[in-house]
Amino acid sequence: MAGGLAACGSSSGGDGEESGDSRTVTLVSHDSWAASEDVIAAFEKSSGYQVEVLEDGDAGQAVNKAVLTKDNPQGDVFFGVDNTLLSRALDNGLFQPYEAKGSDLVLPEYRADRDEHRVTPVDTGDVCVNYDKAYFSEHGLTPPDSFDDLVKPEYEDLLVTENAASSSPGLGFLLGTVAEYGDDGWQAYWKKLEANGVKVVDSWEQAYNEEFSGSSGGKKAKGDRPLVVSYASSPPAEVIYADPQPATAPTGVATGTCFRQVEYAGLLSNAENPEGGKALLDFLIGEEFQEDLPLNMFVYPVREGARIPEAFRKFGPPAENPETMDPAKIADNRDQWVKSWTSLVLK
Amino acid sequence: MDLTRTEVAKAGTSRGSATARLALMAVPVAFFAVFFAYPVAAIVARGLKIDGSWQLGRIVDVLAQPDVRHVLWFTTWQALASTALTLLIALPGAYVFARFDFPGKQVLRAVVTVPFVLPTVVVGTAFLALVGRGGLLDELWGVRLDTTVWAILLAHVFFNYAVVVRTVGGLWSQLDPGQEEAARVLGASRPQAWRRVTLPALAPAVAAAALMVFLFTFTSFGVVQILGGPAFSTLEVEIYRQTSQIFDLSTAAVLTLIQFAAVAAILAVHAWTVRRRETALRLVDAATTARRPRGTGQWALLAGVLVTVAGLLVLPLAVLVERSLGAPGFGYYRALTREDGGAFLVPPIEAIGNSLQYAVAATVIAVVIGALAATALTRRDAGRFVRGFDALLMLPLGVSAVTVGFGFLIALDEPPLDLRSSWILVPLAQALVGVPFVVRTMLPVLRAVDVRLREAASVLGASPWRVWREVDLPMVRRALLVAAGFAFAVSLGEFGATVFIARPDNPTLPVAVARLLGRPGDLNYGQAMALSTILMLVCAVALVVLERLRPDRSGEF
Repeated sequence: MAGGLAACGSSSGGDGEESGDSRTVTLVSHDSWAASEDVIAAFEKSSGYQVEVLEDGDAGQAVNKAVLTKDNPQGDVFFGVDNTLLSRALDNGLFQPYEAKGSDLVLPEYRADRDEHRVTPVDTGDVCVNYDKAYFSEHGLTPPDSFDDLVKPEYEDLLVTENAASSSPGLGFLLGTVAEYGDDGWQAYWKKLEANGVKVVDSWEQAYNEEFSGSSGGKKAKGDRPLVVSYASSPPAEVIYADPQPATAPTGVATGTCFRQVEYAGLLSNAENPEGGKALLDFLIGEEFQEDLPLNMFVYPVREGARIPEAFRKFGPPAENPETMDPAKIADNRDQWVKSWTSLVLK
Repeated sequence: MDLTRTEVAKAGTSRGSATARLALMAVPVAFFAVFFAYPVAAIVARGLKIDGSWQLGRIVDVLAQPDVRHVLWFTTWQALASTALTLLIALPGAYVFARFDFPGKQVLRAVVTVPFVLPTVVVGTAFLALVGRGGLLDELWGVRLDTTVWAILLAHVFFNYAVVVRTVGGLWSQLDPGQEEAARVLGASRPQAWRRVTLPALAPAVAAAALMVFLFTFTSFGVVQILGGPAFSTLEVEIYRQTSQIFDLSTAAVLTLIQFAAVAAILAVHAWTVRRRETALRLVDAATTARRPRGTGQWALLAGVLVTVAGLLVLPLAVLVERSLGAPGFGYYRALTREDGGAFLVPPIEAIGNSLQYAVAATVIAVVIGALAATALTRRDAGRFVRGFDALLMLPLGVSAVTVGFGFLIALDEPPLDLRSSWILVPLAQALVGVPFVVRTMLPVLRAVDVRLREAASVLGASPWRVWREVDLPMVRRALLVAAGFAFAVSLGEFGATVFIARPDNPTLPVAVARLLGRPGDLNYGQAMALSTILMLVCAVALVVLERLRPDRSGEF
């Protein structure tokens, strides 16, 4: 035990010494961060920087922590603020401007903050209603495909979603309904959803692993809701993480219920190693990292022409026409929408 | 006029001991000032100090919100209800553990303590398996309690059963049954004897246990979040939401202050009952008071308690184990050693090593700080200042972990205290919750050491250090080990603060469980169950070892 402690102490001591070292670049992210070792190693070799990664709780928590510590940040680059929270990061001066090399290859619909270049888009994913294929075939029922479908009587008491105040997919789904029905119509839609027996739980974990009957966790927990708000990439995840892997995904996506999230990275305002941070940002939208993304974080690349893995094409193709919303509109209204939603649905 | 040698020596010692007590207190006071008061103050100031001036008007604004008042109301009444229910269910257990001898009692006492030291994320998951969908109640009678207040109340009983059994049962087992018998010989009926003799002796312990349960349920976080659903919110949950999700730091700061005031009030009452409890009772060796149950009534009581323990405490844990074995050939356990799990930079199994290392370091810190504090607090003639210090040491138990975690991040980031990237940050945060347990375990034992022994040693010329080593240490060695064990188990399970400050390449067991639960797929879910099971077993083993070391005079936990 003493040996272990000593080892633990000395390795961290080493980190402390290195933090002022310009050969180390530190990436702060949320705990869904994942990348292949060889891809990171290749970047380290070509750039000469050692990469350290600090995963900091779920997406919202990581952003808040980064904002709290912005005067003396924990790293050089922050990755993982999405379009629903972007304004909180920008308004609080979290990032300094840098236009990453290769920004011109980012698909135009994902670019944001074009004048100041404080953030670089890195990946995108869709929040969509997932359905349990087995349930719908057993009941001889067609799975829903659109927001309108979800309030139909045949889908009564089937949907579970997340608290929009506490969960990123929950907020995404709310914004999707606002985008679909407009500022005046979304509340009436949620009243209908409620009348149709929508269940709201606090976290994605609970909704997906406990309540949803189609996921492996939910099956074990005897989840009885065959519809859940999750991601378009959840079906391929159900295949890839299963042992043995099934031939088809046990779940599907209601493609007319999707809201597109874009995740951004940026150079932190008081970064100790801005040069390393810039190199890291270039790397994040480089071809190699972009093609490594999907199977690690279950999201899609934003770079033009980046290859998408077979399993994704097979089990979870991206939605054709997802709902989107201008980050500025989200910034102006998010808190108010969440507040009205809370008193409408939870109280 | 001549003073005798003894008088000179006595005068010297009492002055010396006052100085010594101050010196002893200096270290714990400094520890709490730097690692508790300063970080908490820093995060509160971040919320309430805008452009250099305090916005105390925010307190009134926040209190005026109906949502906040609703949270306050729910927090209070669910804590009252939880406390009442826990006493109702656990007091028979305390009696059975104190007065009856039955096979497997030691192991069972450890088992009922396991829930108390488990992280809430594990408990929430385990409990959901009992009262949630597809849980036992659902399968048998189609009854589901998740997202109802009943689930919260039952889980609070599950969590705090041990507090009552250990606090009340510990004292009960040392009350001389002969006194009650004497009262009956003198003509009192059984209820009269109980009411006149046992109840008054026991009442302060019941009050102390009730207050601790009230404190733990008043500040409940994980249980309410996981089982209650989004419609229920305690102060602690609301502080977390405001800080971590809504990012309204000034509302969070006001709520922190409200919780702080409430906790301080609870602790003040607790300190008062604890002092009352220390009135001289004739205590006897616990081993002599327990005997085999006699008669149908006693056997029925024992059976009733065993059934309750099995249904309410053992069953949820058993379901956890069952789910961890869901893959053939211990598949989920074997997956823990794989590096390509995806959720981690390291194989999840390494979290066990990290947790053990952190817990050992946290235990060392907690025992050193706690033992110094307990020694300083030993003297009965301690003044008001010292008594206040006693209550102060308990505060970390009731202050929101998220506040402490965020406080560490923004307060300990500059030289000379730039600890943010240091591994010691996690053990320091864990030690904060460990110290109260060490103090509460050691204090009663230290206070029971006959003062005259110490005085005699001093008079004979022993230095204070030598007095401690030769008089106190031999008598408190076992209490010290028990305290260390408790600090260890509590550190192992600490989640709230750790999750904010643990380094990603060194996740602890509870952090790893939470992260695995946060990812889709059967393998991740199964691994979370497997890690939870391992954590539960480690805690159980630590507690079984503790049972063998139980001191003659039990502490307050």
